[in-house]
Amino acid sequence: MIPELGNFALILALLLSVVLGTLPIVGAARNIPAWTALARPVAQGMALFVVVAWGCLVYSFMVSDFSVLNVATNSNSQLPAQYRFAATWGSHEGSMLLWVFMLAFWTLAVSLKSRHLPDDMVARVLGVMGLVSFGFLLFMLLTSNPFDRLFPVPADGRDLNPLLQDPGMVMHPPMLYMGYVGFSVAFAFAIGALLGGRLDATWARWSRPWTTLAWSFLTIGIMIGSWWAYYTLGWGGWWFWDPVENASFMPWLVGTALLHSLAVTEKRGAFKNWTVLLAISAFSLSLVGTFLVRSGVLTSVHSFATDPKRGVFILAFLLVVIGGSLALYAVRAPKVGIGSRFDLVSRESLLLANNVLLLAATGSVLLGTLYPLFLDALNLGKISVGPPYFDAVFVPLMTPLVFLMGVGPLARWKQAAIPDLWRLLRWAAAISVVTALLVPFLTGQWKPGVSFGLLLAFWIVAATFVGIRERVRNVRSGLWSQLARQPRSYWGMVLAHLGIAVFIVGVTMVKGYETERDVKMNVGDTVSVGGYTFRFDGVTRQRGPNYQAQRGAFTVTKDGVYVENLYPEKRQYNAGGMPMTNAAIDSGFFGDIYVSLGDPVDATAWVVRVYSKPFVTWLWGGFTLMALGGFLALMDRRYRTGAQRDLALPRGAAAAR
Amino acid sequence: MKARHRRFLWIGAGVAVLGGAAALVLNAFQSNLVFFFTPSQIVANEAPQGRAFRVGGLVEEKSLARDSDGLTIRFKVTDTAATVPVVYKGILPDLFKEGKGVVAQGKIGPDGVFQASEVLAKHDENYMPPEAADAVNKAHGAAAAEKTAKTLQR
Repeated sequence: MIPELGNFALILALLLSVVLGTLPIVGAARNIPAWTALARPVAQGMALFVVVAWGCLVYSFMVSDFSVLNVATNSNSQLPAQYRFAATWGSHEGSMLLWVFMLAFWTLAVSLKSRHLPDDMVARVLGVMGLVSFGFLLFMLLTSNPFDRLFPVPADGRDLNPLLQDPGMVMHPPMLYMGYVGFSVAFAFAIGALLGGRLDATWARWSRPWTTLAWSFLTIGIMIGSWWAYYTLGWGGWWFWDPVENASFMPWLVGTALLHSLAVTEKRGAFKNWTVLLAISAFSLSLVGTFLVRSGVLTSVHSFATDPKRGVFILAFLLVVIGGSLALYAVRAPKVGIGSRFDLVSRESLLLANNVLLLAATGSVLLGTLYPLFLDALNLGKISVGPPYFDAVFVPLMTPLVFLMGVGPLARWKQAAIPDLWRLLRWAAAISVVTALLVPFLTGQWKPGVSFGLLLAFWIVAATFVGIRERVRNVRSGLWSQLARQPRSYWGMVLAHLGIAVFIVGVTMVKGYETERDVKMNVGDTVSVGGYTFRFDGVTRQRGPNYQAQRGAFTVTKDGVYVENLYPEKRQYNAGGMPMTNAAIDSGFFGDIYVSLGDPVDATAWVVRVYSKPFVTWLWGGFTLMALGGFLALMDRRYRTGAQRDLALPRGAAAAR
Repeated sequence: MKARHRRFLWIGAGVAVLGGAAALVLNAFQSNLVFFFTPSQIVANEAPQGRAFRVGGLVEEKSLARDSDGLTIRFKVTDTAATVPVVYKGILPDLFKEGKGVVAQGKIGPDGVFQASEVLAKHDENYMPPEAADAVNKAHGAAAAEKTAKTLQR
């Protein structure tokens, strides 16, 4: 009964999305107030039914209703409750429903938080979101209905893939999808503005907080995914340049470019065309990512049973959305105009360079991800493009970007002078060079790569502090009150930029000083890695809620002093019989130590992998700071008082030139 | 500077940056592509010497052996028509099993033994690496391979 209710709710949501995608947009174009007024209630109704459908699926999983095919193939009566909940999005069908659920959430949020927007704009934005919802709802109902029944009803389910039975599964997909799907708002604003022919600074001010929010969630989602892969896959890496990772990274890169470009459009009215194109690209890449991961083109833990029908549908949808919006852009963009002029040396041009570099990076990731697929599709052979390619491309592209990150916030809008910038930044440059050369001596061994990485990180930190000092210079009032007076969006930027620095320190130290040893150990044997000594105390059998485990015991000492015990496990899941390695990790501020069990060699000996990963936690710390920076920027006062200000400023007048 | 000059300067700078990026990307691309070969192709000497590539197929039954150091592992990869010996030092992925699909990356030694630097993990026990399935397909004709794939999935 409940699954049928869910199915019915999905159909109703589909019908409402048709209404939402047509009447309000036509109403806005033809100036029919009754039709434009439909946008909010219809959007809210659609969201309600999607939420009902989602609730029905969650319920089916929680009560282990194995008459639902989706539950039977992805859950099991022994599965702990939190993973039964997470298994809701553990399948292709379920994850599509999560996608639509997130889209409904964003649509609802826009319909509630848009009181200060003109009615026709709201109608267009919600209408575009309705069209996107329509595509996905239709896709679900036609090719991947999560409520399909299964007869006869099996006694038990096939279980969730053991790799997914992890707290990461509860957090990573929802966060990532919040981000992915959140770019649909910026996209809808861009399309709405193109349709309405009104693209100005006010438009940028409206879409900016939504973009920042989506970007922050995407940042967290990627961070959790990376952390999860690090501790669960048992080989200690944090980023593999796997196509599915790239699929989430490309929207992030373009989203980052969009954030910066929106700032220029809002403050200076420049880059309008460009910003619109970025908004379209960010969401398009989210769709491309969904296509890559969900269509079965790529095989990995993220992709499920391959069904050509699905791939074709998503591809067609992709073509319609991307092709349609680019065509609209081509027709309407020339009318928009490029906006105000600026000099070759100015904050605008530095931000433009930032955008170009980020897009070049995106392009290189896209090439490395899609080229093997193309060759394969055309039957020209199978190739793979691995981490060496991406490493070789990313370092040279990111280095100038990091340099600009220091200069950009100090440059004046419209016109800046290089001598001024040099005068401001020479000390920052000198300090970062000297410390970067010296610090590696303290951490052990001097390596050029480490020095270079630290230089980039210290440069960001030093330049950021110069920027803060510039803001409070020449002020009589107290330093603290002056600092407190800076807008939160400024502190958000500072935090996010410092997050990049922290991240770079993490990458540099891990790459420079990590040590890894695979050894055969008998009970009582010791091995030394990164200053720690590990003694193997043998393996015992353990029983988990839905698995059997062999648990290794290790005693860790440093300079003869006891530090702790570590217990890595090798698990065998009851339902599928699939083995899984659970590494034991001790995470610390200055790095991790990491032990995982390989295979038993003979009666007592095991092959064991031991790692020392200095500063690896800084990777995720840096990403967390970036996301926090985004959230902090959202708490800026002007977003709360934005309503009155928009009323005070008539449209067009805000073009701020 | 006149507006037109400035525009030229902009376009020039843009082209230079993009050109540089493209050169960088293509160069890195060229030197880091990893090609895939089936055991039959390797036996027929079609695979390059001294350059890393991937081999895929099934782990031959009863071919897995471990040297006395406990770390060095030897096994054979087959596409059912030809067989290539592989040596790998390290820890195998959880789902590595005799009779199942596998993909290894590395170089072929002068002795004809494939020195694997990486044995790729699968994430799901029913999943067959596409390269491995492909290798078996090519060697065996589609019908037979379908059968293998089905047996594998059981």
